[in-house]
Amino acid sequence: METRIRFLLLTGLLALAGCATTGGTPTQAPAAAAPEGAESPSVITPQVERREVRVADIDTENWEAGAYIGSLSVEDFEVNLVYGARIAYHISEDFFAEGILGTSDAGISSYERLSGSAPLLTDSEREFRYYSLGFGWNMLPGEVFLGGDRAYNSAVYLTAGAGATRFAGDDRFTVTLGAGARILIKDWLAAHLDIRDHVLEVDVVGTNKQTHNFEATLSLTAFF
Amino acid sequence: MQLLRALLLLAILASAPVAIAAPPEVMVAEPYLELRTGPGRGYPVTHVVPRGEAITVVKRRTDWFKVRDARGREGWAHRDRLAATFTPQGKPMPVAAPGREEFEEHRREAGLLAGDFEGANVISGYASYALNPQLAAELRFSQLLGNASDGQLLAAGLTHVFRPDWRVQPFVSMGAGMIRIQPKATLVQAPDRSDELAFVGAGFKVYLSRQFIFRAEYNKYVVFTDRDENEEPTEWKLGFAFFF
Repeated sequence: METRIRFLLLTGLLALAGCATTGGTPTQAPAAAAPEGAESPSVITPQVERREVRVADIDTENWEAGAYIGSLSVEDFEVNLVYGARIAYHISEDFFAEGILGTSDAGISSYERLSGSAPLLTDSEREFRYYSLGFGWNMLPGEVFLGGDRAYNSAVYLTAGAGATRFAGDDRFTVTLGAGARILIKDWLAAHLDIRDHVLEVDVVGTNKQTHNFEATLSLTAFF
Repeated sequence: MQLLRALLLLAILASAPVAIAAPPEVMVAEPYLELRTGPGRGYPVTHVVPRGEAITVVKRRTDWFKVRDARGREGWAHRDRLAATFTPQGKPMPVAAPGREEFEEHRREAGLLAGDFEGANVISGYASYALNPQLAAELRFSQLLGNASDGQLLAAGLTHVFRPDWRVQPFVSMGAGMIRIQPKATLVQAPDRSDELAFVGAGFKVYLSRQFIFRAEYNKYVVFTDRDENEEPTEWKLGFAFFF
């Protein structure tokens, strides 16, 4: 039985080889090569599913979105809780575009506390709300190890952005500079530690004054 | 009838996720394919897949593809390496790197610009879609932050690139939109104003590398106010954009 199959395969192959070299039809191929009922000797057809590969079918995960919480030091107005949302688009392994939106309630300035005078700002003016759009650079990509068995992909990155801040009843142009560390808990889930400085001019007592408002936040983001 | 149509639409939308194709499978054609632990050039290689073996492309992040071999081992491979694999049709995997050619014929572009709008700071984002290699429809949104007033600007327009085959591409643009100006509360109480506007502009785009673009532009606006005279603010801004 086995020799017969081998014979059939060989004659099939020979016929095809003849076909390929002469470029003609296998007229001289023996009629016995493909007897009725036998499996057609398709030796060349690979056993893979013939499906067109479209790059668009591949699940791309370049977007990252999440929320953060931390503390923000509003210059002259104490350190306060801040929370916000962050979205990023990863353009390449080195660079990403980023948008952040955060809000905090500024506290009471030392002047207000000591002088006992009327508050400088109303409650709604005390709300510190900012957004920033910018770019980030994954300066130090790498891995971090937890014990001997676990390794997580990570990156230390620098960010720079421009945006606006609403504080003291005024919208102000704001430059936001930051540095952060990202650890990928899963392929799609990341934890961040970010330090940012929001630089803006504030006019609370009648003159413009450049302020640096530092912020440290922890965030959780998902890639999608 | 309306309800039926809505239900049909819902049914189509609901069935959409089912239509998502299974992850594509390709064949390693180079002597071997290196799999890294992460989507970056510095991550260590932990596995190699020999020539002729099939791999499944699980997902993609930027230029890196997460793949799984027949034994279930996973790792990340760069696009250039994946471009050297073959599809079941025996064709190279169609994942070429974006370069100058793609820059010349890209369709979608988005970017962030910052600059000066008649003395006020301006932060602007835009997105554009190319109708042909030279002409693109563009939507822009700007926030204006000045000492005397703040505002927002939303405009749509057309951008015309003279030579799409140049690395530095000069362009002209024109369009129309809306502007809203809010005077600062500390000054004389003036009401918010919303006005229509039109603009013409010129600028240039420089192809940096991969999918990055540097863009600089100058715009002249005409704001159609209710008063006797129109305002004609000028604006310049610089920034970065990328195409996809």
